[in-house]
Amino acid sequence: MKVSSTERFLNYAVLIVFSLLVLAPMLTILTQAFGPHDAAAGREGAFHPGNFLAAWQEGRFGQYMGTSVLVAAIVVSLTVILSVLAGYAFGTMTFRGSTVLFYLFLLGIMVPGETIVVPLFFDLRALGLTDTVWAVAMPQVAQSLAFGTYWMRTYFRGVSPAIVDAARMDGASPRRILWSILVPMGRPAITTMVVLVFMWTWNEFLIPLVMSPTGAFRTAPLGLAFFQGQYTQGTALLAAGAVLVALPVVVLYFILQRHFIKGMLEGAVKE
Amino acid sequence: MPYLYILPAFGVYAAFMLYPLGRAVHLSLFDWDGLTLATFVGLDNYTDILSDDRLRAAFGHALVFVFFYAVLPVGLGLVLAAVLTRAKVRGLSAFRTIVFLPQVIAMVVVAVAWRQIYAPDGALNTLLRAVGLDALTRPWLGDYTFSLPAVGLIGTWVSTGLVTVLLLAGMARIPQEQFEAARLDGAGGVREFFSIIVPSVRAEITVALTLTIVASLKTFDLIYVTTSGGPGSSTTVPSYEVYRRAFELGQVGSAAAVGVTLTVLIFAITAVVNRIGERNS
Repeated sequence: MKVSSTERFLNYAVLIVFSLLVLAPMLTILTQAFGPHDAAAGREGAFHPGNFLAAWQEGRFGQYMGTSVLVAAIVVSLTVILSVLAGYAFGTMTFRGSTVLFYLFLLGIMVPGETIVVPLFFDLRALGLTDTVWAVAMPQVAQSLAFGTYWMRTYFRGVSPAIVDAARMDGASPRRILWSILVPMGRPAITTMVVLVFMWTWNEFLIPLVMSPTGAFRTAPLGLAFFQGQYTQGTALLAAGAVLVALPVVVLYFILQRHFIKGMLEGAVKE
Repeated sequence: MPYLYILPAFGVYAAFMLYPLGRAVHLSLFDWDGLTLATFVGLDNYTDILSDDRLRAAFGHALVFVFFYAVLPVGLGLVLAAVLTRAKVRGLSAFRTIVFLPQVIAMVVVAVAWRQIYAPDGALNTLLRAVGLDALTRPWLGDYTFSLPAVGLIGTWVSTGLVTVLLLAGMARIPQEQFEAARLDGAGGVREFFSIIVPSVRAEITVALTLTIVASLKTFDLIYVTTSGGPGSSTTVPSYEVYRRAFELGQVGSAAAVGVTLTVLIFAITAVVNRIGERNS
C-alpha cells in the first residue's frame, strides 16, 4: 500500500522506539550481570563474566537449575504421553459423555493455581508427600493436561479421515494407527506443546514455592527470588542469576520461535 | 475403548485439579488454621471478603491490574498494529520476535529487572534527575500512591507485545481492496482505523482481552517479588492474599474462599468478554 515518505519514516520511528522500550529492562539486567559486583572488582575493570560462575556456585543456581530440569522432564514427558492418548480419543472417536469430559478438561485452563494449591498442600502434607519432586511436578502435569488435551484434540480432528480409514482397511489397530501414523505426522503440533509446557514449567513459581516448604526441591525462579531476599548488597550476582534463570527458555525461543508464538496465540483462539 | 485412552490423563487431572477444586470449595466453609480442628462457619469466609478492608482492596487492585494488563495493552496494540499494517515496513519479523520476548521470560526475572529500575537509585530516578525532574523522583515501589500503577505498568510491558502480535496477525487478513476502496472515498487514517481495522479484528480483540485478563487475575509471582503487597496493602491482589492467608497467617478457610471467589471472577469476566465479542461479530 502506498503511503507518504513521512508516514513511512514515522512507522520506522514507532517500530524502533517500541522495540527499545521492550528491550531496555532486559539490557539493563544483562549489563549489570557483566558489571563489577563490589568495589574491589570495580577497580579491575568493567567486564566480569566471572559473575555467572559465582552465581552458579555461591548462589547455588547450578543446584536449582538441576531441580528445574528434573521437574520439567517429568512434567513435559507425562503431559505429552497423557495428552496424546486423551486427545486421540477426543479427536477421533465418538463415545458417550465425550463433550462433558472434554469441557471438564477445558475448565483447568482457567482455574488459577492459587485455588488448587491450598487444599493440595494440606492434603499432601497429611499423606507425608510434600517436599517430594512429585508434589512439585504432578499439580503442574494436571494444569498442563488441560491445555495439552485441548491442543492434541485439535490436531487429531484436523487429520484427514481418509488417512485413518486407509490404515484401518489395511488392518491396522487403533493403537498402531496412533503410534505409527498419527504421532509421527503430528510432530509439529507435539513440538509446539513440548516447548510451551517446558516454558510454563520452567517459569512456574507458586507451586514449587508451596509444595516444597523446606526448599529441598527449589526450582530456578524460586532460587532467584530467595537470592534477592538475602543478597541485598551488589546487584551483579543477582542480575547474573536472573540471566541464568531466563536463558534456557530464551535460547529455546530463538530456535523455535514460531512454535512459541503459534502455540500461545492459537492455543487460546476459538473452539 | 475410548475411555482407556482418556483414563490415564483423567486420573491425574481428577486427582490434582478436580479434587482440589472441590476441596477448595469445601475448605472455604470452615474456619481452620491448618493444624487444629476445623469449625464449620458456613459462608462467613465469603461475607468477610465484602467486609474485610484488605480483601476488598485486593479485589479492587485486581480490577486496576485488568486495566494495566489488558485494556491499556489492547489500546496500544491496536494503534501500533494498525500503523504497521498501513505501511509495509521492513524488519517486521524482527519486531515480532522482540516484542513477544517478555512473554517467555520468567515473571520472577521480569520482577527482578523492574525492581532495579524502580529502585531509589535505579534507572528511572537516574533518568528523571538527568532531565531535571528531580521533584518527581521517589522510591516507586515503596510509595503508597505510585506503587500500584508502577507494578501495573510492568504488566503492560509484559502484555503489549503479545497483544500486538495477535492483532498484527488479524490485520494481515484484511483484504487490501477494503483499504483501497476506503481511500478512493477519501477516508483518512483515523476513519480507516475505526471503520475498517477495528471491526475486522473483533475476534482477535476478544482473544487478547481474555488472555490478558486471565493473566492479570492470576498475577502472583510479580507481587511476591516486587512488593509483597505493600506498602501497607496498597498493591495486594487476591492471588497474593490466598498465599498470605493460607501459608503465613494460618487462615486456610479464608484463603480457600478468596481462591474460589477469584476462580468464579475469572470465569465470569471471560464469559462476559466472549459474549460481547460474539454479539458484535
